[in-house]
Amino acid sequence: MTDRNPDILTVEDLTIRFSRYEKGLRKTDLTVINGLSVSVANSELVAVVGSSGSGKSLLAHTLLGILPSNCGASGAIRFLGEPLDNRRIADLRGKRIVLVPQSVTYLDPLKKVGPQVLNDRTDPPSIRAQEKLFEYYGLSPKTAGLYPFELSGGMARRVLLSAAMMETPRLIIADEPTPGLHLSAAKKAMLNFRNFANEGNGVLLITHDLELALETADKIAVFYAGTTVEVAPVGDFRSAATLRHPYTKALWRALPQNGFQPFPGTQPYAGDPIKGCPFAKRCPTVSDACHLDIPQRELRGGLVRCHQAV
Amino acid sequence: MSSFWQKSAAGYLLKSTVRLVLVIAAVSVISFVLVSESPIDPIKAYVGEVGLANMNEETYAKFQAYFGTDIPPVKRYLNWAHDFIRGDMGQSLLYRQPVTGVIKEKFANSMALMALAWVFSGIVAFVLGVLAGVFKNSALDKIIKNYALVLASAPTFWLALIALMVFSVWLRIFPIGFSVPLGVAAADVTVWDSLYHLALPALTLSLTGIASITLHTREKVIDVMGEDYILYARARGQRLWPMVTGHVIRNVTLPAITLQFASISEIFGGSVLVEQVFSFPGLGQAAVRAGIGGDAPLLLGIAIISAALVFGGNLLANLLYGLIDPKIRRQGRAS
Repeated sequence: MTDRNPDILTVEDLTIRFSRYEKGLRKTDLTVINGLSVSVANSELVAVVGSSGSGKSLLAHTLLGILPSNCGASGAIRFLGEPLDNRRIADLRGKRIVLVPQSVTYLDPLKKVGPQVLNDRTDPPSIRAQEKLFEYYGLSPKTAGLYPFELSGGMARRVLLSAAMMETPRLIIADEPTPGLHLSAAKKAMLNFRNFANEGNGVLLITHDLELALETADKIAVFYAGTTVEVAPVGDFRSAATLRHPYTKALWRALPQNGFQPFPGTQPYAGDPIKGCPFAKRCPTVSDACHLDIPQRELRGGLVRCHQAV
Repeated sequence: MSSFWQKSAAGYLLKSTVRLVLVIAAVSVISFVLVSESPIDPIKAYVGEVGLANMNEETYAKFQAYFGTDIPPVKRYLNWAHDFIRGDMGQSLLYRQPVTGVIKEKFANSMALMALAWVFSGIVAFVLGVLAGVFKNSALDKIIKNYALVLASAPTFWLALIALMVFSVWLRIFPIGFSVPLGVAAADVTVWDSLYHLALPALTLSLTGIASITLHTREKVIDVMGEDYILYARARGQRLWPMVTGHVIRNVTLPAITLQFASISEIFGGSVLVEQVFSFPGLGQAAVRAGIGGDAPLLLGIAIISAALVFGGNLLANLLYGLIDPKIRRQGRAS
């Protein structure tokens, strides 16, 4: 990484805490993301994979500065080499950093889709751009005059994709953009993200769908209980042996084509105080050292948070 | 609501008309029972204790005939209903005029008062509610919320008395009562005179409406501010005010309409008290006189007019919903 060609996005040691009042008005902090690190290089599509409740959406909200007010984030976030503070986020979001949200509820129910995609712009070039995007995503021109409740789930996602592409972003954060899409539409959306990344931009794809991530991503960050347990190039997912963390290996073996093996236990509840590795309780190779602090380290071109990994 | 547009507007109107007829029938029966079972003897109320004591049998019989107290209540009600269906609301016993005429005159006075209070409270409460909701938990929100809570718990007549005391007695900014200046010929009363006399009662009347609409609007705004589409608007870099005008107000409009039209009945109830305090010759004051004077035809007439007005307000709110809510509107087009 040089300054002339910095990573699109680097997140280092991000920690997010909610403060809340428990009974007796005692203020307590609830750590939901702990020591999270992930980066998106030029032309890279990085998938953040984790089950629900692992804190994936909060990462997206942090990057866009839309965390709730009782929520505090600490850590180092850099966008194009420059620190991303709140003021810079406010300038960049919606323009250079765009969000593709999860569902139709992110559209105003009482406003027609067209103006929402256009973000209230009315100039002819923008309208032409919007019409082109609708055509690209197979939405009929009439869609612009529909209200969100008149869209199918798949249409809504394509509308949200169009809204993101209306801008000229360097980074797209896609929060579960594909569930509910037909396979062909999902592939098209993924292809679109891929092409966008290839043009020298970055995509952070937040998903629980490991298979989808494997098809398009360059790098996969595996989330577990609010932290990244492993960041691996997609090629490492060809076999369990090339993977680093026991959780990633367990995920890999749970895929239908790799044996469909379930693994027992559940993810710890966000906010439960965890000492050491959050996966320790479910790990087949757990040892005493797992309950101590485990730093993230580089290993074979990836990152891992496990002292046993080789 | 949705079944209305799915079927037809005519069907909805027919259903509403039937409902209105039932409401009027119920309201008239209940008002009649209340006024005829009331412990107040209309003749005593009319002539006074001494007058009644000094009255001979013959005059008393005449009065009984005049107030109809010699006829059994059920028959009296049926007589009234029979005339009412033919469009005759009968004679007011106290005003010695046709009920229609009395209501017309009082209604004009009250309408100005209530309409002014209604519009004023609607606008002010909406603005306050939106401000409080958007800046939830700020100092502004706390001021607005506490102001509304205090107003909501203060009785209307008490507020009216305070207003009268402060503005009319101490500060002498507003007149002490009535709808027109005293000692001026009816023909010489200007619009400004009327507005001047209207201002304080209307302001007082709007205060109660403001409180509840502000608090309800605030709640709605807070709900909307927590919606995903607001989060997305923020993620797209929308600034606060474009977001408020473009999304929040748009989505708060529908519940605000319901609130605003539902407040008609509250304003109506409040007007009875406010008119009483300000000696304002409106429908509310006439209702009080009719109630304590045993003037059954007038009371029934006023009750029916009020019921019809409130009913009409709710009907209008529903129709507006159909025009504004795209979900209802589009379903109508599809069928």
